[in-house]
Amino acid sequence: MKFLVCISQTPDTTAKVSFNPEGTAYNAAGVQFIMNPYDEWYALVRACELRETLGGTVVALNVGPVSNETTIRKALAIGADEAVRIDADPESAGFVAKQIAEYARDQQFDIIFLGKETIDYNGSEVGAMVAEYLDLPYISYATKLELDGNTASVERDIEGGAETAVVDMPFVLSAAKGLAEQRIPNMRGIMMARSKPLNVVPAVGFDGHVTTRKFTLPPEKAGVKMIPADQMDELVRLLHEEAKVI
Amino acid sequence: MVLVFAESPNGHIKKAAFEAVTYGKKTAALLGTSCAAVVLGDKVADAGQLGQYGADKVYQISNAGLNNLDSQVYAAVLAGVATKLGATVLIMSHTSTGKSVAGRLAVRLNAGLVSGVNSLPEKDGDSLVVKKSVFSGKAIVDYKVDGAVKILSLMGNALRPESSAAAVQVESLDVPVPAGRVTVKSTKTQEGIVPLPEAELVVSAGRGMKESTNWGIVEDLANALGATTACSRPVADSGWRPHHEHVGQTGIAIRPNLYIAIGISGAIQHLAGVNNSKVIVVINKDPEAPFFKAADYGVLGDLFDVVPALTTAVKKYKQG
Ligand SMILES: Cc1cc2nc3c(=O)[nH]c(=O)nc-3n(C[C@H](O)[C@H](O)[C@H](O)COP(=O)(O)OP(=O)(O)OC[C@H]3O[C@@H](n4cnc5c(N)ncnc54)[C@H](O)[C@@H]3O)c2cc1C
Ligand SMILES: Nc1ncnc2c1ncn2[C@@H]1O[C@H](COP(=O)(O)O)[C@@H](O)[C@H]1O
Repeated sequence: MKFLVCISQTPDTTAKVSFNPEGTAYNAAGVQFIMNPYDEWYALVRACELRETLGGTVVALNVGPVSNETTIRKALAIGADEAVRIDADPESAGFVAKQIAEYARDQQFDIIFLGKETIDYNGSEVGAMVAEYLDLPYISYATKLELDGNTASVERDIEGGAETAVVDMPFVLSAAKGLAEQRIPNMRGIMMARSKPLNVVPAVGFDGHVTTRKFTLPPEKAGVKMIPADQMDELVRLLHEEAKVI
Repeated sequence: MVLVFAESPNGHIKKAAFEAVTYGKKTAALLGTSCAAVVLGDKVADAGQLGQYGADKVYQISNAGLNNLDSQVYAAVLAGVATKLGATVLIMSHTSTGKSVAGRLAVRLNAGLVSGVNSLPEKDGDSLVVKKSVFSGKAIVDYKVDGAVKILSLMGNALRPESSAAAVQVESLDVPVPAGRVTVKSTKTQEGIVPLPEAELVVSAGRGMKESTNWGIVEDLANALGATTACSRPVADSGWRPHHEHVGQTGIAIRPNLYIAIGISGAIQHLAGVNNSKVIVVINKDPEAPFFKAADYGVLGDLFDVVPALTTAVKKYKQG
């Protein structure tokens, strides 16, 4: 089996959000970056588990600058066998998807894993794009994945429910909570990661149609209005007359 | 022309679809063009009602192969419809179905895609400028989308569906439906309640509830309001509540009109999933609970007293 896991890097949720004075770029100075949780906890771990039972290779791939290599090494420490960094700024979902698809095109991956979305932009775009570039089926929001020969049985979240489906490999899958249990890299994994291959590949050209114009901060909340605990009729009145939500 | 993909799982048109058509109609007005909606599958009986929300034309691709989601098939068919009708803007809902299909369509049609937009587009020459909330609601970004075809997926509850016009006659359209490669074996739906991503009113509770057996008071309040229930992550992790109720950074992100947080401290990872709610009410006994800073209304007190009292007040209000 040959699995590709696409990993992205996002600011830690607790990081302070600021922009350059023109408001055109995110200010990354001093920000703690983490591996996107869906990629790390679910996609990567499930791929490693399958490799452990079925044999094969797990390749972790990131589209990003050299500063992302700490995150990539973490993927190797968790269990990926090798890593690839496509050397470019991940400027848009379309750009990233194009890079992943061009890299994967001739490599006969059985499953291409992604996270369901990145926690900074919540795009949920890349997986479907990769699947379309490669003309493969796409299982989104997978919460369970079992393999039987060439056939996968998956559970996935759909709006207001869940679905069980079967699909033959190869396919693209996006991972949601439930697909695996988070793993903390151990010392041995961290040591081994140092000697695992991390290949750097140049990016291919891409003609995008989406550009970031500006970032702004959301309007400040007016501040909380405290209602005494024995005046719930008043709270209901406010929700009806002032907030107009009930 | 603006084309709206109106989702209809199990043959029922979703509220998100009415929102998308309303959005499509307004976008069409901005561009001085017309708005069409398309429904996939042969189970929908009343697609014509989309006309009431502003669709000038409603098309249904009545094919049993479209009753379950296979993103590859959906994308092929929607691209076929868009090309046939000469659509320049496609509107979808930012739902699990919409997200599975939007990226594929963007590649297929060489279109610019912005997902999860939460306000109407503005025009800038031949481009559109749209806004979306990013970094867990801590910033808003403006994107410029150009290209011959533009695709926008609309965040749930971003605008209210508006019905003013009349229903229209549903037309069929001849587009090829390729065979799928994903076979759905079974489907589980949560019957009777509004799914969290669509819910306008949400009552949510956290570790302050102490035990799973205490949830009756939360359910009573939710029932009185007609709200959907949610919970914080530790509550789902300890099996007190089902996982699909877990909201936040690692659960689902919601955007209801009203979010009532009971015994939840308001950690940033929790706020990440809920701070786009229109109005937030926080009930907590700790005046220092960080959630109060994100709240519109706060009640300082013991939830075991406050929640039943609020339920009584809601019932009184509902009875007029
Ligand atoms: C990477 C990561 C991702 C995470 N993702 C999520 C996520 O998606 N969603 C999420 O919710 N959390 C998430 N968390 C966890 C988050 O950081 C908090 O730990 C969690 O939200 C706390 O849950 P809580 O508010 O229910 O519990 P607590 O923090 O224990 O808060 C309980 C609250 O109840 C109040 N209380 C207690 N008794 C009463 C009473 N009788 N009356 C009134 N108030 C009372 C207390 O004052 C307190 O404020 C994540 C954490 C990490 C590290
Ligand atoms: N720069 C990147 N490099 C590799 N994979 C990525 C990158 N950005 C996004 N992905 C993958 O695509 C998934 C969905 O991202 P998005 O569509 O941007 O929400 C992520 O969970 C990752 O698996």
